[in-house]
Amino acid sequence: MPAPVIVARDLVKKYQDFAAVDGISFEVASGESFGLLGPNGAGKSTTMRMVGAVSTRTSGELGILGLDPDVHGPEIRSQLGVVPQSDNLDTELRVRENLLVYGRYFGLPRKLVAQRADELLAFAQLEGKEKARVDALSGGMKRRLTIARALINDPRILLLDEPTTGLDPQARHILWDRLFRLKEQGTTLLLTTHYMDEAEQLCDRLVVVDKGTIMAEGSPAELIRAHSTREVLEVRFGSDHNAEVGARLARAQGADGHRVEVLPDRVLIYSDNGEAELVKITEAGLRPVTSLVRRSSLEDVFLRLTGRSLVE
Amino acid sequence: MNVTTGQSTDAARAIAAGRRSRRWGAWYVTEHRLRMMRTYTGTVVIAGIGSPLLYLYALGVGLATIVDANMGPDAVDGVSYLVFVAPALLATAAITVASEEFTYPIMLGYKWNPTFTGAAASPIRPVQIVDGVVYSVIIRMLVNLVLFYALMVLFGAAPSPVGFLGIVASLLGGLAFGTVIMGYTSTLQEDTGQLAMVQRFIVLPMSLFSGTFFPLAVFPIYLQWIGWISPLWHATELARVFSYGYAEPIWLTLVHVAYLVALIVIGWAWSRRIAVRRLNS
Ligand SMILES: Nc1ncnc2c1ncn2[C@@H]1O[C@H](COP(=O)(O)OP(=O)(O)OP(=O)(O)O)[C@@H](O)[C@H]1O
Ligand SMILES: [Mg+2]
Repeated sequence: MPAPVIVARDLVKKYQDFAAVDGISFEVASGESFGLLGPNGAGKSTTMRMVGAVSTRTSGELGILGLDPDVHGPEIRSQLGVVPQSDNLDTELRVRENLLVYGRYFGLPRKLVAQRADELLAFAQLEGKEKARVDALSGGMKRRLTIARALINDPRILLLDEPTTGLDPQARHILWDRLFRLKEQGTTLLLTTHYMDEAEQLCDRLVVVDKGTIMAEGSPAELIRAHSTREVLEVRFGSDHNAEVGARLARAQGADGHRVEVLPDRVLIYSDNGEAELVKITEAGLRPVTSLVRRSSLEDVFLRLTGRSLVE
Repeated sequence: MNVTTGQSTDAARAIAAGRRSRRWGAWYVTEHRLRMMRTYTGTVVIAGIGSPLLYLYALGVGLATIVDANMGPDAVDGVSYLVFVAPALLATAAITVASEEFTYPIMLGYKWNPTFTGAAASPIRPVQIVDGVVYSVIIRMLVNLVLFYALMVLFGAAPSPVGFLGIVASLLGGLAFGTVIMGYTSTLQEDTGQLAMVQRFIVLPMSLFSGTFFPLAVFPIYLQWIGWISPLWHATELARVFSYGYAEPIWLTLVHVAYLVALIVIGWAWSRRIAVRRLNS
């Protein structure tokens, strides 16, 4: 197996006494697509900034392409493409100019940068927008421009911090499609997200992060297998009865060895056969307003591991 | 296993790729800044020609008529009022550029449109971002000052053949003030009116008490200290030495230079330090 391109061991970042990242370890292989899944404040961006060599770690070991960011920051950054959580495009320049100035930061010749800029604008589906003002772009277009900018140096590793947060479903799908292409071309991706569907779509492997520590690690399928059942039954009883009925179900189903989660708006029953559970519930005389049997997702894994929902 | 062997081909490639930015990074930032300034080239040129024209005409011709009529052709300092005031206006032009370029654009880069954060994610180092900004302002300042000086010559306001050295003096003054202001602006997390205060309580008094329109000596001694600490006064006096051979002891001329250079060194280093701290959090 080739040496991993990112190695983090017991990575810690403290702000005063508060540990935003509290001993995280992971490895990312070349060509792999690796995710950090976690809720707000989990320490995802902080980890990304350390990997991106723009934030000095408090302790632990970190190697990017075999180099230490404390010593070889510029060298490491020359091999990275960075899509930060909030876009920092230059709004005083036009779309194409943003790529031109950024390409120069990597010491690339003007001609090469100009040629790549045109290719990347096509890749990002921004043809015809070359001379547009950045402010005039939609959220999804800005995000694609940021990704195009991150690719201007043909990076070995692409860091994506919540690439699709705040985008509408269609814009997200366009973006996923672009990222999928990059993955197919063998670009190593490190991405953070608090969307389980995004993690399931894009990540070969991921870690679930909460409060600066890793709760679990594996492929999406492995994590679901290890931490949840095959199916989940979701029933709603209306907000007035939810808690009360939920408690009753928790006793009844719990006695059968099934895990039950009572959320404010619905009750989740974990079972390998959701339909059978629904039959039992109706036989017991309960009338859910709605019911749904679905496959377990990373959301359920997260709920299991932390007792909280991913998106609050 | 050591995580940072630095032995792989990946590492070797990174080290090769980082070389150019390590050396030239600041200039890439300058390129970026100049491209941004291009969006207001019109303003730069119009302000660069318009404001000296206005000042030279209003003060150098208008006010000078009264001053010279009352006090003779050797009105102030043994020269006409126009010749007296012109080098001061030149130095003031540098301060004006500095107060524009080292305030809001810095706030913009750190906060409002964080292009500094963007640059810091590339191989560019924080200190190079600061250097690049300074270089770009030097270039813009030179454009303004050369235009201004050309107009001074046209107005017959720069009698000495070495008067053009006033451009260098003004540049030093602009940078001395500007780099310190950049350091201060860099420390701001939020602009809750501080930048407007700089204009009102630093730039404006500085232009009134720096021997611009009349010699500092006309003020009572308890107001003259404003001039002594003012980079504008030092730059103005220096520009006058070059422009019409204003007589002052040589040690004082050296003090002007030393003071301005010291401020530049301090302001520049301060700005660099804050950039390192702010862009690596
Ligand atoms: N510069 C800083 N100074 C102090 N605290 C910080 C700083 N940056 C982050 N934190 C804190 O560290 C914790 C982790 O922040 P981080 O931005 O890494 O979370 P995140 O997982 O990216 O969350 P989100 O999903 O909201 O982006 C938060 O509690 C945050 O308030
Ligand atoms: Mg974040």
